[in-house]
Amino acid sequence: MKIGLFIPCYIDAFFPEVGIATLELLERFGLDVRYPLRQTCCGQPMANSGCEDDAAGTEALFARNFAGFEWIVTPSGSCAHHVRAHLTAIEQTEKVRAVRANVRELVEFLHDVLHVTAFPWANFPHKVGLHIGCSSLRGLGLATTSESAGPPFSKPRNLLSKVKGIQIVAPKRPDECCGFGGTFSVFEEPVSAKMGYDKVADHANAGAEYIVSPDMSCLMHQKGCAERLGMDLKFIHIAQVLNGARA
Amino acid sequence: MKTSRVDHAEASSRFIAAKDHVTFHDRRLWDLRTKRDRAGAEVEEWEDLRTLASAIKEHTLTHLADYLEEFERNAQRNGAHVHWARDATEHNQIVHEILRAHGARTLVKSKSMLTDECELGPFLGRRGIEIVETDLGERIQQLDEEPPSHIVVPAVHKLRRDVAQVFARTIGTDPTNTDVPYLAEQQRRDTRPYYLKAEAGMTGANFAIAETGTVVVCTNEGNADLSVHVPGVHIVSVGIEKIIPRIEHLGVFVRLLSRSALGSPITQMTSHFRAPREGAEMHIVLVDNGRSERLGMSDFWYSLKCIRCGACLNTCPVYRRSGGLSYGATYSGPIGVIVDPTFNLRKYSALPFASTLNGSCSSVCPVKINIHEQIYRWRQIINERNQLPIVKKEAMRMAGKVLASPALYRSAVKAARAGLEYLPRTVIYNPLNAWGRQREVPRAVKTTFREWYLKNRGKKS
Amino acid sequence: MKGPASVTAAAADTRAEVLARIRANQPVPMPLPDMPVFERGSGAALEAFAANLARMGGVFADADVTGDLGAFIARTYPDAVVVCSAVSEVDGTRRVEDVRAPSQLDDVDVGVVRALLGVAETGSVLLTEAQLKVNALGFLSQHLLVLLDPAAIVPDLHHAYRHPAFFTSRYAVFLTGPSATADIEGVLVHGAQGVRSLTVVARA
Repeated sequence: MKIGLFIPCYIDAFFPEVGIATLELLERFGLDVRYPLRQTCCGQPMANSGCEDDAAGTEALFARNFAGFEWIVTPSGSCAHHVRAHLTAIEQTEKVRAVRANVRELVEFLHDVLHVTAFPWANFPHKVGLHIGCSSLRGLGLATTSESAGPPFSKPRNLLSKVKGIQIVAPKRPDECCGFGGTFSVFEEPVSAKMGYDKVADHANAGAEYIVSPDMSCLMHQKGCAERLGMDLKFIHIAQVLNGARA
Repeated sequence: MKTSRVDHAEASSRFIAAKDHVTFHDRRLWDLRTKRDRAGAEVEEWEDLRTLASAIKEHTLTHLADYLEEFERNAQRNGAHVHWARDATEHNQIVHEILRAHGARTLVKSKSMLTDECELGPFLGRRGIEIVETDLGERIQQLDEEPPSHIVVPAVHKLRRDVAQVFARTIGTDPTNTDVPYLAEQQRRDTRPYYLKAEAGMTGANFAIAETGTVVVCTNEGNADLSVHVPGVHIVSVGIEKIIPRIEHLGVFVRLLSRSALGSPITQMTSHFRAPREGAEMHIVLVDNGRSERLGMSDFWYSLKCIRCGACLNTCPVYRRSGGLSYGATYSGPIGVIVDPTFNLRKYSALPFASTLNGSCSSVCPVKINIHEQIYRWRQIINERNQLPIVKKEAMRMAGKVLASPALYRSAVKAARAGLEYLPRTVIYNPLNAWGRQREVPRAVKTTFREWYLKNRGKKS
Repeated sequence: MKGPASVTAAAADTRAEVLARIRANQPVPMPLPDMPVFERGSGAALEAFAANLARMGGVFADADVTGDLGAFIARTYPDAVVVCSAVSEVDGTRRVEDVRAPSQLDDVDVGVVRALLGVAETGSVLLTEAQLKVNALGFLSQHLLVLLDPAAIVPDLHHAYRHPAFFTSRYAVFLTGPSATADIEGVLVHGAQGVRSLTVVARA
């Protein structure tokens, strides 16, 4: 199984430890993981801003870089969702369609493709609040939502439950959006910051020491809020926890 | 004269600055959202009802002309007058003509977003007819000369002390008495004489049934019934999209409406007006005002399914923290965001960006409108029609160029890293750095992922 | 001022124009779904009705009201002066049949009516102009007393909407508890515009 690893721009630039943990984690399962060196971004920032025309060059580059892999795995739900749902600024050739169909966010991949049942090396003896970004939650269906009926499930929670020592505490509003929203965080800064402040306060009040998420973009925003507020909260990507990070 | 763009972000910053208000507003509407969740969970067939409601609406809208004609036939057979209005002005003229013909000086009315959309109030006011809003929330807003801020709870952005001020100023209550039952009682007593003296009463319609010519009005206060059963003339303002085919379909819609809006199984009064009472008159005004145009928009006609429950407003984290008035339009929140650009693309071009695309609005919509997908689509249209602010368009053009080129991307990362490492805080956190106003910026890193990969995994790629 | 003939012609123009535009823009026809039959047991209908009525702020007056309704009314509404009755079981101080105009009901303290049916799912009662006689009785009264035959309770709204009243009456209303509002700070108040209390008495 040849796996193409897609590391979104902001993780490459600001949170390389998340990319490293993702790669190491996949390698633990004996997978052949390649990182195409000419990758940059999936096109989402432009497309979500209405500028699909400006996203075309980036999307074409993405499709070229990731052609031919059996699976393309990325530690980012919003990127995976964008590729599967919205990578439409370029001609939909067979190659492009295949790339789009084979992208998986990391939790989806571990849960649905590898069917991982244990992380024996993992040990995270801390109280954590689980945050699932909205693209992962409603876009990719990583978990049921509080607004919908039906038997509850959560793929990230299932994986985390296999980590020794971890204790998941629930905030009052478990799946309210945290307010990142891509360029929303800049162009609607007042509401974005207010949502972020509310989110981190909710987790802190529930007793969380860490906020864990499959979505580093959300964490980047929440971390920025928590730091400005002078809070003790720490932020860690689910890849790092599953890969054996102790703190 | 160019219409200026509504600046939602600026309005929201003022809303958020009023701490007591934004805290209450957010909690109150989240409470309605959780009540809705519980009410839905009590109905085993909830998802089936949503699917049915959506399908009934889609069928009706794709056969709308036939159903409107059937409705008109039956309403007329029942003794009601049916009028057609192509736009807001014509609607207002028709209503005015009916009132004038009956010598009406006072009109009592129950809640109707459509009449706000048509700006009926100022139109009649200029012609010497007094409109009295009878719904408590609408009356508060009317007396305060503000539009309603929410489809179902029009004054939800006000605290009791605000209402006390408004009433003291306008209907002579005690300004220091902020007791809610007291304030509600004063409005009841102040409004009562108007029902008795008004020559005409006006309602909207939640649903209009083609097979019987019935209009259905759902209230909790009973003010629609009072507005209709006392005066001699009943005027109904109804958008053409409110038609549903049969009485039996009401079982589906009525079961969904109040649970979605407020978390209760039904509104206290669910009224079915099929014909005028003996000796009275009934006039139904069917209003287009852009709806038939919207029907032809392949990406956006689903918004016509809306039954005005307000659930999307309650769940929207942006709406709860910015308030309905920040949208500058009759319709606010998620439904407003996808409908308002059809009224004025330029004026409302910022609204589709007042969203994180989180998608909970689509999840709670009882008629399964794909709201967040339409929001995404509107963003593309706004760009195509050159209505994006120049700053944003330029930023996206630049980003698009940089991210399409591996070399440019790597230079940009280097530059950003250097900037974060070497520039002092005062420079990084400058007025142009919107991110940095209330948040810390990510730290500079020693090694990017790509650099680590090259060093530790060689050239495997 | 436009004369009637030109007003009618203009109105016909709008009608034709709107319908034509709708027909031009209607998306590809989609089928009408079949209405499923939501059958549920009618067991414990009275209990469910009473519980849901209470949830909505109404009162279900219990079985000990077998005798004199007049005495019940005097007990329940001790300050009532005007009791306007639309039912034969209660005389009241004013018969609704004697009311000429709706505004004459402005001083009614207690209105007494009989419901056509009750809905267990919601705690609603259904009334039409046949039961209300003067529709405003259900709304201008300060309090409403509703007689309901327990055998006339249907399980849910789907069943209720099968009643011929929706095809024949000029006006039909589901009343579920008293008039209410929570428009000010979400604080629940009964008696917003309409009746301050709604009491249902089981009476065959």
